[in-house]
Amino acid sequence: MHQASTGIAAFLAAVAAVTVAHAQMDNPQAGIEAYREALQDGNPAELHEMAGEELWTTPAGPKNASLEQCDLGLGPGVVKGAYARLPRYFADTDRVQDLESRLLTCMETLQGKDPKVYIDASFTAPPKEEMNALVAYLSGQSRDVAVTVTPEHPKERAMYELGKRLFFFQGGPYDFSCATCHGQEGTRIRMQDLPYIPGHEGAAAGWTSWPAYRVSNGQMWSMQWRLNDCFRQQRFPEPIYASDATIALSTYIAANSNGAVMKTPGIKR
Amino acid sequence: MKHRALLVAVALLLPGGAAMAQSGPWGPGADDAAFAQMLKTSFKGRGVATLDRLNQDETQVFCSDPETVYAPESAARREEIEKVNLASVKWPADGVWLGDWKEGEKIAQSGRGNTWTDKPEQVNGGNCYNCHQISAEEISHGTIGPSLHNYGKLRGTDDAVMKATWAKIYNSKSNNACSNMPRAGHMGILSEEQMKHLMALLLDPRSPVNQ
Repeated sequence: MHQASTGIAAFLAAVAAVTVAHAQMDNPQAGIEAYREALQDGNPAELHEMAGEELWTTPAGPKNASLEQCDLGLGPGVVKGAYARLPRYFADTDRVQDLESRLLTCMETLQGKDPKVYIDASFTAPPKEEMNALVAYLSGQSRDVAVTVTPEHPKERAMYELGKRLFFFQGGPYDFSCATCHGQEGTRIRMQDLPYIPGHEGAAAGWTSWPAYRVSNGQMWSMQWRLNDCFRQQRFPEPIYASDATIALSTYIAANSNGAVMKTPGIKR
Repeated sequence: MKHRALLVAVALLLPGGAAMAQSGPWGPGADDAAFAQMLKTSFKGRGVATLDRLNQDETQVFCSDPETVYAPESAARREEIEKVNLASVKWPADGVWLGDWKEGEKIAQSGRGNTWTDKPEQVNGGNCYNCHQISAEEISHGTIGPSLHNYGKLRGTDDAVMKATWAKIYNSKSNNACSNMPRAGHMGILSEEQMKHLMALLLDPRSPVNQ
């Protein structure tokens, strides 16, 4: 799987490089647009989706069970459209959960696996590769489905408000909050456009395009990984995988993008 | 980091403190106690990025509430915050404002430093091009901050300009309480020598910024 995905990535990068070099002669912004367009032609995330589907259906763990009976919110085993309705409140855990924290619950209850192994592993280690593949598969099962995240349960509403508050919370040696980069419309870091997360359009641009395959490093990034790297660049301490802070932020972004159509898994530079 | 004495719990929970001047536009479930609890259970220190980075100083507390920050009734508080930050500025010990613009360009290009994947001995960059246009040759620049192209050419290089520029780099909040720009000197991100190099990049007539 990895050899194939590396090969496709190299090919895509080569195509994109030629396109960019050509377009850059006239206009750097046009070059970037051309590069982004070239990326849409094929998405190696498909390979991760296939690996994720296999992980979903193959018995594993101390209980030698598959994840097929996992309840992602639409009932045990229903994967179609489930991702587009996350994060949401789950009565059995009495928590608001995003896809990744919910998967940990299922791995623990159905398969008897220890979630801590998955929480503590680095994003490039095998346990997280499993998570990223599962996320690719399950987000793919919501492709072309409209986001339906409308906080109604008191715990969902609290998560949304906590996420909003965290979005504006400044800290660290650089005084950065999420809002420093994502709180104004139409700005960039270097050449990278920054979505304005408090608004519907910007939130949708972010939420409906992650998880995504990253061409520059050949990695399949989950939303948790995306948020983790934001906090790294924010110079914050590290958010714990599937912690409430990460779920709160996801709830804030997802609810702001309510109604937009999922294009997951996405593809990024 | 010694001046950042306020623990977040204290900042968020103590009645009558700076944090209480604005309870925030947060709905039910995101009160101070719930928010502090979420932070406490959701982060871990890693490398140079230790947990005390979540302990806000009074500027960060004030600037974390988007509805209060630019409200007309906050004008006096904004001024106070600017005064506190201006008072923190240390001026160049030898009275020399400008270093080497070539070094300044390297510092402006570099965004390294202070993340949990950076080593403590890492020389920090200034992150300048991430947000500002500076020299015209560098087309890969951000737009969160204003363009600094022709900075010195437009303003001249008299003492008032030198002083204002130094204060801005050393502590960006000294003239704009909730500027998006980091406080490079105040937070120990850049050394005095590095800031002089950045001054030269902006103000030296030979710098490409002013060509």
